[in-house]
Amino acid sequence: MLFRYLFFLLILFPIKTFALIEVDITRGNLNPLPIAVSPLSIDEDSKKSFNQILKKKNIGSEISSVVENNLKKSGLFNPLNKDAFLQKPEIANLKPRFEDWNLIKAQALITGKVKFVDEKLRVEFRLWDVLAGKEMMALAFTTVPSNWRRVGHIITDKVYERLTGEKGYFDTRIIYVSEEGPKTNRVKKLAIMDQDGFNNKFLTLGNELVLTPRFSPTNQMVTYLSYFRNLPRVYLLDIETGMQEVVGDFPGMTFAPRFSPDGKKIIMSFAKDGNSDIYTMDLENRIVERVTNHPSIDTSPSFSPNGKKITFNSDRSGYQQIYIMDSNGKNVKRISFGNGLYGTPVWSPRGDLIAFTKLHKGKFYIGVMRTDGTGERLLTENFYQEAPSWSPNGRVLIFYRETKTNSKGEGFSAKLWSIDLTGYNEKLVETETDASDPSWSSLLGN
Amino acid sequence: MNRNIVISFGFHTLLVLITAMSLPFLSKKPIDLPPIVSVELIQITDKTNIPFAPKAKKIIEKVKEKEKEKKLVSEQAPPKIVKKEKPDAVPLPDEKIEKVKKIKEEKQNPEKIETEVKQVSEFEKKDLFDPNSIAALIDKSKIESAESNKKLDKITQDQDKSIDLSALSLSEEDALKAQIFGCWSIPLGLPYNENLLVRIKLQLKPDGTIIRSEILDHARMNKPGQGFYKVLAESALRAVKLCQPLRVPSTGYERWKELQLNFDAREMLEG
Repeated sequence: MLFRYLFFLLILFPIKTFALIEVDITRGNLNPLPIAVSPLSIDEDSKKSFNQILKKKNIGSEISSVVENNLKKSGLFNPLNKDAFLQKPEIANLKPRFEDWNLIKAQALITGKVKFVDEKLRVEFRLWDVLAGKEMMALAFTTVPSNWRRVGHIITDKVYERLTGEKGYFDTRIIYVSEEGPKTNRVKKLAIMDQDGFNNKFLTLGNELVLTPRFSPTNQMVTYLSYFRNLPRVYLLDIETGMQEVVGDFPGMTFAPRFSPDGKKIIMSFAKDGNSDIYTMDLENRIVERVTNHPSIDTSPSFSPNGKKITFNSDRSGYQQIYIMDSNGKNVKRISFGNGLYGTPVWSPRGDLIAFTKLHKGKFYIGVMRTDGTGERLLTENFYQEAPSWSPNGRVLIFYRETKTNSKGEGFSAKLWSIDLTGYNEKLVETETDASDPSWSSLLGN
Repeated sequence: MNRNIVISFGFHTLLVLITAMSLPFLSKKPIDLPPIVSVELIQITDKTNIPFAPKAKKIIEKVKEKEKEKKLVSEQAPPKIVKKEKPDAVPLPDEKIEKVKKIKEEKQNPEKIETEVKQVSEFEKKDLFDPNSIAALIDKSKIESAESNKKLDKITQDQDKSIDLSALSLSEEDALKAQIFGCWSIPLGLPYNENLLVRIKLQLKPDGTIIRSEILDHARMNKPGQGFYKVLAESALRAVKLCQPLRVPSTGYERWKELQLNFDAREMLEG
């Protein structure tokens, strides 16, 4: 009897007393996170030194502006207006008064300081969780003063990664084809710039036509196509050293050389005996291997990040569509079945999506689909746009867009645009000249 | 020859006997079957509803007043005619008896049902109970259904009580959810093929402000390959802090002074 009583006590009593109410939260918002980027504090001596070297009055503010612009462009953060800040940078850097930052609705705060040490730039920064009132991250960098913009990009990458859970894409560069002159006689040069459009440099003189530059996913090597004596020639260019070499001359129409994920091969399509197929070339021994062998036109190959699959486009079904296959050319499978023509498939660095250009009823679309062809989403539509290239974290696409010319042949322009996977954050990427064929580098730190 | 005739006669006689014995009408009187009760499906009209509702209400109220009611309902015997085996010895409450007592003439005529219904409306009349009355049966069934409604009500109330003890009401939960939905900025970089559930236990003040918050799977933060979980958990913590004071019910503090919020980002990220 006693046991029975105890049993009931054990079973029933705790349920009554300790039953915890649970509420499932399955939705949230995707609004940009309010973040305060306090200008990095700097002492007067350092300020003077940097002013002499960099001609910048307050390098601390300049670096924080780089961070702020990056965060804003990402679309995931809402940097708050500095005029609303209650705490001065010098004090905020020591110990933020969270109530003050809470008051202006900041959820995260970046503080830091800059110092001139041994002819070098030393930057310390801290990321704070305002609501929790605690430090989330603290890092310091030392570099040559001229590298100050990169410091801003690296800080943004760290903040982005800490707050979103994925790697950033700010300390990166974009290589593209710079275009100048009338449409019928364009001068095309290879150019490179930081992802935010600064530090633009031209890599070729414009004597030869350059096409389709592509960054290596592992290092700062670029492969591109150029015509030499009317023959397409594939080049390799080391951005860091400026060294350039010819990979090989190829017959007929050669398209879009692209690196394999390990950077050891390039994959491209060229026409041999009147038929375009896909080939790989080993960069060490220069051996060319045929991957597809089909009477149709196979072009625009792109490796999956693990190197086991290749996506490409082909008209073997009668219309240009996207296919995937094993890296040895077997198990070819069509994945695009929508209306219109599909081209320029590019496998996301995350491996989950394939970006493409679609032509349907006279409009060009940039879109993404899963690697099995499902979940097609068109992110942007325009008169003419193509050649999407992924940011290294697989969240943003950069592509180029051309405008219509009027009846006199005027008004033509080609510009770079970026858009993130939500399809809402479409932004013009400022370039000095017209631009096309962009390719996004991996993180420079890699 | 004679022997065969005898055998044949014997078998035929046996056959006739068996047949005769197996035919009840030959040897037995008809079974005393209970009279057929005709059931007419009628459309519920205002007329039939109006009188019934107050009666049912009374019964329900009565049940609330008297705890014995439940027993009575369960033990209440049906009319003798229908179920002879059950004794009707259990006394009904006075009011109930009164209700049951409205007696109508026996009517197996469906056409009269409407009139009977009218009589149902005259429950208050203190007529004698006639067990043979179909009207009484109908009345009885009405009462029973009212009783059963009352029972159902009672069950619902019980459930309500249990719900009160173990969960928020739907509207209370919706209010809280809606508030937190607005505060939770989901980190977009999470791997959506991973387990993205963060459980946070809150200790609340009566006004909904947070005394203490605790991540229940805290150990997961430090596991290799689970770096994203830290980002997710922090975002959930920011959400509750940003939202406070939480929209909690104005009453029943004991019930929700401790609350567990299960943040799951997968639906949003996959969607």
